[in-house]
Formats: sequence, structure tokens, C-alpha cells
Amino acid sequence: MNAAARPIDSRQLFRYVLRLGDLSLVLAQRLGEWVGHAPALEEDLGLANVALDLIGQARLLLTYAGEIEGRGRGEDELAFLREHGEYLNATLVELPNGDFGRTIVRQVLVDAFQLELYERMTASSDERLAEIAAKAVKEIRYHLRYSGGWLVRLGDGTDESHARVQSALDSLWPYTVELFAEDELDRSMVEHGIAPRLSEVQAAWSTRIDPILAEATLTRPADRPHAWHGKRGQHSEHLGYMLAEMQYLQRAHPGARW
Amino acid sequence: MQNNGQWPLYEVFIRARGGLDHKHVGSLHAVDARMAIEHARDLYTRRQEGVSIWVAASKDISASDPAENDSMFEPARDKIYRHPTFYEIPDEVKTL
Repeated sequence: MNAAARPIDSRQLFRYVLRLGDLSLVLAQRLGEWVGHAPALEEDLGLANVALDLIGQARLLLTYAGEIEGRGRGEDELAFLREHGEYLNATLVELPNGDFGRTIVRQVLVDAFQLELYERMTASSDERLAEIAAKAVKEIRYHLRYSGGWLVRLGDGTDESHARVQSALDSLWPYTVELFAEDELDRSMVEHGIAPRLSEVQAAWSTRIDPILAEATLTRPADRPHAWHGKRGQHSEHLGYMLAEMQYLQRAHPGARW
Repeated sequence: MQNNGQWPLYEVFIRARGGLDHKHVGSLHAVDARMAIEHARDLYTRRQEGVSIWVAASKDISASDPAENDSMFEPARDKIYRHPTFYEIPDEVKTL
């Protein structure tokens, strides 16, 4: 990644950092829904631990986004007081959890994406992002170990567990295309040496996912053109319900603290 | 894989710092050793309690029978000469 001489437009950088932060934040909220409902107490904690790492990433990223924006918004304002259309996460992470197998499939897909993205972003020309990426990589390696282990266990498990995760994979796969769909914002980040090229991330992601799917005896679905634009703020109907729950407390009791 | 609807039990041992021994900290349910280590990481090292984890299937641990405690442990009771308490410790020895 070569830093270009032309300075980055701060509004663009703001939006890009929100994309990263919202991905972590929305996925964390979804994973948090499992607490008290997971198949075993140990999995409650396993999923919650992943969620807490993601919230940690979201806090760093949203705090940074607020500083870039320079209008006095901090992590809490950005997390709890934005509207549905201002969230810039890819659609995949806002989809309902479904069963445990579906949650695990989504997690493997996102973990591998985040890992390949952040490993490269440790070399970002933006020092803050490089630091956040270096911290995140350690966490995400463990997330993939956890989710990948479960995917193999379920895929190569009973007929029912295999059928459930294969069906989840088939239905979630098209949403992965959006993760790698490069738009003007992504290209601008590449030009400024801030983020890696998404085609490069996608190739590495494939190489990482394929052996996991093979070990899990799952069939990789074909790519299809995607019709989702969460990264631009055009979300599925699911995000609104999720945000209503997530934002309720801050909206009902503005500025509430522990 | 399941036993009475429960996953098998594993015993967890954590080494708090390099150089110390692994200490038993508790047990958890998991389907295999790999999962047991992951659960142990999430359950028992959340607050930086350790730098190394051992797990062992509880069924593989053989234990003494509490009903036999009399014959197992009582005979040692009157053999106080096995404690090295009859020695004068020289002042120069600091770390005994």
C-alpha cells in the first residue's frame, strides 16, 4: 500500500471507519442475543466473549470516527443515536441469528473476512487504523478458531447438523459478495494506502475458507450477483428491529450511565 | 457424544505464570479436548488468570475412595518424624 500525496477527504474516511465499526457493532449485538439461549452454558460464554471483543473493536473504531468527523460525537452517540440508514455495515451481520448452526456459519464467513482485512490493515498508512487492526487480528484469530471448530463439528456431525449448516451456508453465501464488492469509497481508501484492495482480501478469504468447508464436508455455493447495499446504508428490514432493542435504553434515558 | 444429555466433563488446570505449576481450577463440559481448552480459555482465563491450560477428561482421572480414607491417610498421622521439623536451620539459609 502506497500512501498518496493527496490528503484523504475526512468525510470519506469517516464513512469508511463507520463501515468497519458498524460491522463489529452489529455482529456483536446479534451474538449478544444468544446469551442465556445457547445450547450450553459454556457456549453462552464463548459467544459472549466473541461479542465483547467485537464491541471493543467497535468502540475504538467509532471513537476514531467521531474524532474524524469533528462534531463532538463520541462512540456512544454514534452507536446509539444514529438512524437505521446511517449504519454502514454489510448486510450479512444484521441478519437474524437463526439456529446455532446458522450463527456459526455467519461467524466463520465474517471472522475470515475480518482476519484477512485486518491482517493487511496493520500496514495501513493511517496509524490509528493500523493500531486498531493489530489489536483486532489477535482477537479475530481466536474467533475463527472457535467458529471454524464448530463448523467442522456440525458439518461433519450428524445428518441433521450437516443439513442445517449446509442450508445456512447456501442462504448466507450470497451476502458475502457484498463484503468484497468494491465501490468508490473502498477504492479511495486503497488509493490512499489506508485499506487493502478487496479483491485481494477476497482471494485470501477464499483460500482460508475452502479448507474449513472441506473439513466440514460442506459444499461451497456458487457466487451470485448481490442485491444488498448495507455498506451504503440501505439495509434489510431486520436492522431496524435490532436497533430498536439496542438503542432503547439510550433513547428512553438519554445519557444514562452505570 | 452426549451422556445423559450432557457433554462429557473435563477437569481444567491453569498455569498462572511461567515457572509455576498447573493448578486445578474447576471443570466444564465439552465434546472434545479442543473444545474443552476453548471453553477453559473463556471460563477460567477471562481475567488474565493464566498463561497455559491443561484439560483432562474427568473419566480418565482415577481417584482415591473417600470411604478408605482411614486406611489411606491415617497411618501417616503418627509418623511426625517424616516432617523435617527436627533440624536446626542455620541463619544463613534464607529460602528453606
